[in-house]
Amino acid sequence: MIKRSFFGLQKPRLEYDIVSAAAPEPREISASETVQLFSNTVFDKKDQVALQPGDEVKTGQKLTILKESEDYVISPVTGTITSISPCTGDFGVQMTSIIINRKDKEEKDGRFNEISKTPSLQNTKDFLAGLPGVLPSALFSESDRKIDTIVINGMDTDLLVNTKQYIVKTSTSAIKKGIQILKEITGIENFVIAVPEALSLEASSTGAAVKTVSSIYPKALPHLVLKEILGKEIPAGSSFEELGVLLIGAEAVASLGTAYTTNEIPTKKIITVIDKHGFKKLISTILGTPLKDIFSALSISAEDSDRIIIGGPMTGSSVYTEDHPICNDTDAVIVQDRNVIPFISDNACINCGECVRICPAKVPANMLVRFLEVSQYEEAADSYDLFSCIECGLCSYVCTAKIPIFQYIRLAKYELARIHAAEAENV
Amino acid sequence: MFNQKKFIVSHAPFWQDGSSISTKNYHIMLAAMLSVIPGFLQYGGPAVAVVCFSIATAMIWELIINHISKRPVSIGDGNAAMIGLLFAMMVPATTPWWGVLVGTLVAVVIGKQIYGGLGGNPFNPVLVSIAILSLSWKGMFDFDEALLAYDFDHTMIYPLAALKAFGPDSVSSFSSVDLLMGRQIGGIGSTCGIAIIIGGIYLIARGFIRWEISASFIAGIFITALLFNMFGEESKYAGPLFHLFTGYTLIGAFYLATEDSSSPVNFIPMLIYGTGCGVMTILIRNIGAYVDGVVLAILLMNIVNPLLDKIRPKALGKVVGK
Ligand code: SF4
Ligand code: SF4
Repeated sequence: MIKRSFFGLQKPRLEYDIVSAAAPEPREISASETVQLFSNTVFDKKDQVALQPGDEVKTGQKLTILKESEDYVISPVTGTITSISPCTGDFGVQMTSIIINRKDKEEKDGRFNEISKTPSLQNTKDFLAGLPGVLPSALFSESDRKIDTIVINGMDTDLLVNTKQYIVKTSTSAIKKGIQILKEITGIENFVIAVPEALSLEASSTGAAVKTVSSIYPKALPHLVLKEILGKEIPAGSSFEELGVLLIGAEAVASLGTAYTTNEIPTKKIITVIDKHGFKKLISTILGTPLKDIFSALSISAEDSDRIIIGGPMTGSSVYTEDHPICNDTDAVIVQDRNVIPFISDNACINCGECVRICPAKVPANMLVRFLEVSQYEEAADSYDLFSCIECGLCSYVCTAKIPIFQYIRLAKYELARIHAAEAENV
Repeated sequence: MFNQKKFIVSHAPFWQDGSSISTKNYHIMLAAMLSVIPGFLQYGGPAVAVVCFSIATAMIWELIINHISKRPVSIGDGNAAMIGLLFAMMVPATTPWWGVLVGTLVAVVIGKQIYGGLGGNPFNPVLVSIAILSLSWKGMFDFDEALLAYDFDHTMIYPLAALKAFGPDSVSSFSSVDLLMGRQIGGIGSTCGIAIIIGGIYLIARGFIRWEISASFIAGIFITALLFNMFGEESKYAGPLFHLFTGYTLIGAFYLATEDSSSPVNFIPMLIYGTGCGVMTILIRNIGAYVDGVVLAILLMNIVNPLLDKIRPKALGKVVGK
């Protein structure tokens, strides 16, 4: 963990880890017995459920929980479904968990193969929405907004993580193919790829215009990358699509390219794994692999009171069990030793101003917390720039009073979105 | 699912830069001790007693309030102790025990706790206390009278009082160097300018106080005093260096005006606030009724602080008028 420097007058300088020139091949780790998938579909007893425990599934098969639904997940393995049960994600979002017991003999589902000769937006939506690396849903959503530029993020947004950079470094041809496909299916001509300086050579061979990103955190966060590329700020609270830009991670573009080259749905994910001592390894494993399989393969021990982080140290989320699976957006897994876990406190803000000075979005976080602590979200949004926040987490990182400011901010945004959605429905 | 390992689950970020309220307060106290020690040497046992008693009572008041308001015990954060130390630094070594007791009571309870504790106080708690005490017991801060019992090898008058009463000629015996080295009388920890400056620079370099406030405070003092000295009535106003090294100027610039809760955090507001403190101090000293203006000047600027801090840079992507 990077601490405040002795001369605290200086702002902390957090630098991204740039993938090294001689990055070793990611280590292949296979899921032992079961894989777990999350579906956004929620169901109750009345619903017509299309899947049952006991059902046999093939690798690459679409699993649709409800008969009428368009929502699906792709089975990354061949095996038998052992459970379908409701579960909750961050902020209490309802989801459904599907657990599949693997069989030794792999059988492939051929449906994607049948249509993969004719790439189209519809086919992509029907089979590839859950690709490793996450295709943004805005790619598929019908709207009159005119997207004219696709920006490929080839830089990992959080500290320590190397996943996207590794993809740019090693999978340029897949990315190139992915770009071709995207051009073909969307008609969009402008492609920009954002990478760290060190990868500009690789990036230029993908055919997209190259834009280099500074290696100082949080310059690779989407808002700041787009600000650089567009040369203007993203108006607070509006989406990138409203400005005609779509941001896609490099891994998703590469997966898309691979899908249409191999005529199979990719199910492998590249992940940066960091153990308690800070040693870093890149691994490749199929989606749905439980973390404990990865830990045992790498002989990483995670004990009581340690912390398991999915994602990076600034913006990730922690999970409560080693059974948690790898999802298509899991770029990193970090195990943090109990001795280095910083405490948070219930102190009030002492108005030291550290958060204000470090905020890349110039949000008055010291004032913001005063309102967020008492759930005055509307006021926070109207008068104290809640929606300017680009979610870098630096305010919490430097807070003298150790207030979880960043969490308050995320929660507030989530709550406001919920309130607005509910209002919209009631009109 | 049984016998499951219990991992720590919390939210991002998972790193913290290691700063904390207690570290901050202890460093401020450490730096402040540097200017208290010359006070100990100069005034001896009574000064030590006042400082110790002040810190102790401040902490006890805090503890009592914690207890009454059924809030978690907060003396561990060092803030009460710091209030006690700063209070002691500003009073004469001969302050009676009840003066210290009441002083820390006012500082901790009226200055801080009734606003909800640390971070909620609109005024600097120490200054609230000094202001109330000097209004209630005028003699307590009459340094000339208070320190009658001492016999030093340097001029035995309180420079600012002499200036007010007899004009700049009366204080011409003070050289700037003497003042800076603490060869003057005054509060226990407020006379040795050089020690305060070193402590202040240490705190600034470590990022515990905001340099903008200290720097603009000093600039405010210097420029205003210079203007008076140059353009004011001949031989009526003392020079800028005299003002800089006397009274509470330096302790004000580095330890009092920089109190977090009652000062701004944005760049321009900090400059306005600091300069305002400096300018008001000299105005009070030169044309006001009081001998030293620092206490009132900072308290006045504390009042406008919330307004000042509304001047802030436009947030990222903020649409004006939306
Ligand atoms: S997370 Fe905090 S520091 Fe980062 S943009 Fe938001 S308010 Fe500013
Ligand atoms: S860093 Fe924490 S204590 Fe300091 S002003 Fe910001 S919220 Fe308040």
